[in-house]
Amino acid sequence: MPPRDRGAPEPAGQRELLTAGDVARTIARMAHQVIEKTSLGASGAPPVVLLGIPTRGAPLAARLAARIAEFSGVTVPTGTLDITLYRDDLRRRPTRPLGETALPQGGIDKALVVLVDDVLFSGRTIRAALDALRDAGGRPRAVQLAVLVDRGHRELPIRADYVGKNVPTARAEEVHVLLTETDDRDGVLLYREGESG
Amino acid sequence: MKHLLGTDGLDRDTALAVLDTSDGLKRTLLGREVRKLPTLRGRTVITMFYENSTRTRVSFEIAGKWMSADVVNVSAGGSSVGKGESLRDTALTLAAAGADCVIVRHPASGAAHRLAGWLAEAGTSVVNAGDGTHEHPTQALLDAATLRDRLGDVEGRRIGVVGDVLHSRVARSNVHLLTTLGAEVVLVAPPTLLPTGVADWSVGDAGSLVVSHELDPELPTLDAVMVLRVQAERMHGGFFPSAREYAIAYGLSENRLRLLPEHAPVLHPGPMLRGMEISAAVADSPRAAITQQVTNGVHVRMAVLYHLLAGEEDGS
Repeated sequence: MPPRDRGAPEPAGQRELLTAGDVARTIARMAHQVIEKTSLGASGAPPVVLLGIPTRGAPLAARLAARIAEFSGVTVPTGTLDITLYRDDLRRRPTRPLGETALPQGGIDKALVVLVDDVLFSGRTIRAALDALRDAGGRPRAVQLAVLVDRGHRELPIRADYVGKNVPTARAEEVHVLLTETDDRDGVLLYREGESG
Repeated sequence: MKHLLGTDGLDRDTALAVLDTSDGLKRTLLGREVRKLPTLRGRTVITMFYENSTRTRVSFEIAGKWMSADVVNVSAGGSSVGKGESLRDTALTLAAAGADCVIVRHPASGAAHRLAGWLAEAGTSVVNAGDGTHEHPTQALLDAATLRDRLGDVEGRRIGVVGDVLHSRVARSNVHLLTTLGAEVVLVAPPTLLPTGVADWSVGDAGSLVVSHELDPELPTLDAVMVLRVQAERMHGGFFPSAREYAIAYGLSENRLRLLPEHAPVLHPGPMLRGMEISAAVADSPRAAITQQVTNGVHVRMAVLYHLLAGEEDGS
């Protein structure tokens, strides 16, 4: 399991960073930013593809695409990119099940690929995603990154192009993104040191 | 998972996890120009084959290489085994040389288990690639993967295993695995080619085991038929009057294929003896899943290596 995929949260020692309404508004704002920054639909602009990183990046990418279609009328292809086989910490944890990699029908060659994930932390997931993307076939025109929460503590020279919310955290704290598709409700929770489930 | 020595005792969850990983790897690699994953970079896998093999050795080698492991092949013929070195000393040598995983095929039943004991201290994983007439777990896993591809699920299915059950490690591993996954396995063979203790084979709680001596009445009831090779090299004595008589009584001919339900595939672990246990026309028909089995063999063996070598070492 990815580190962000944890069991049912406990009420004690947690703080709600984003409510369900905040999550919806945040995704809507990110959709506007993607439309503007990629010149979506303009002549000469590259086709945009959203690739969600399982587990929670996948439903986030789908929601982002729905908002983008709503605001711009342009349907951007979405897919998923599993990074399990590219992780650099496989031997530090029990064997992980694989997630789903499903590139959109048209592929990603010459496209502007926007990777979508829930939390940006060390940056190691994104490094693995870039490796996975290189092996997936095709050569994207450019790769960008969209995350719902940037909690800092980068260990690699990686930054996001679209950030839903910047959250200053202590390293030992944990940020859990909840989505209806995977967790039965929307929200972002911060757990204090050693108090998460 | 530390070793894969057999499917006897392999629990349902672990078996399904390996099969799911295999499916995932197959989907991941589908249509790729470069079939290479970095997952096992820096791990060393040694295949040690004391018996002839084409598909098992090659597919383990390909599986290791596609996962970026360093794969070294040792065969009994070209190694110090020819000078009289014991299995134990050869294995300790390979472990000392840095093997993270040893894949062994040996004519003696139980060889892989002994090896796992000798290599416990070194921490080397052992995969049984066929030991005598005992087990061949990756073959059973790739058969299960193929049955899942063709039938959707193994649970509740009735699977025929036909032929030389006595000498077949494939049959034994399949009985354990397929019953664990909830199938009913029907062993069909002449009495001379059934092991004496077959009724006492351990069977998964979810499934069941049936023995029959006649093929034709069973065929219409089967969801798949697995044809075994007649292993003449292990036969010392008369097990049936003649090859022709065996083919007439138990060979899967075109006429027999018509008795099998439309949805039921034909599996064979290979190598095939066309005209003996399976006719050429059946082997080449679209009902035969034989090349699909080989392809699945690579993904299943990748999945096994992933489950043995990619996770944290838990010592279990």
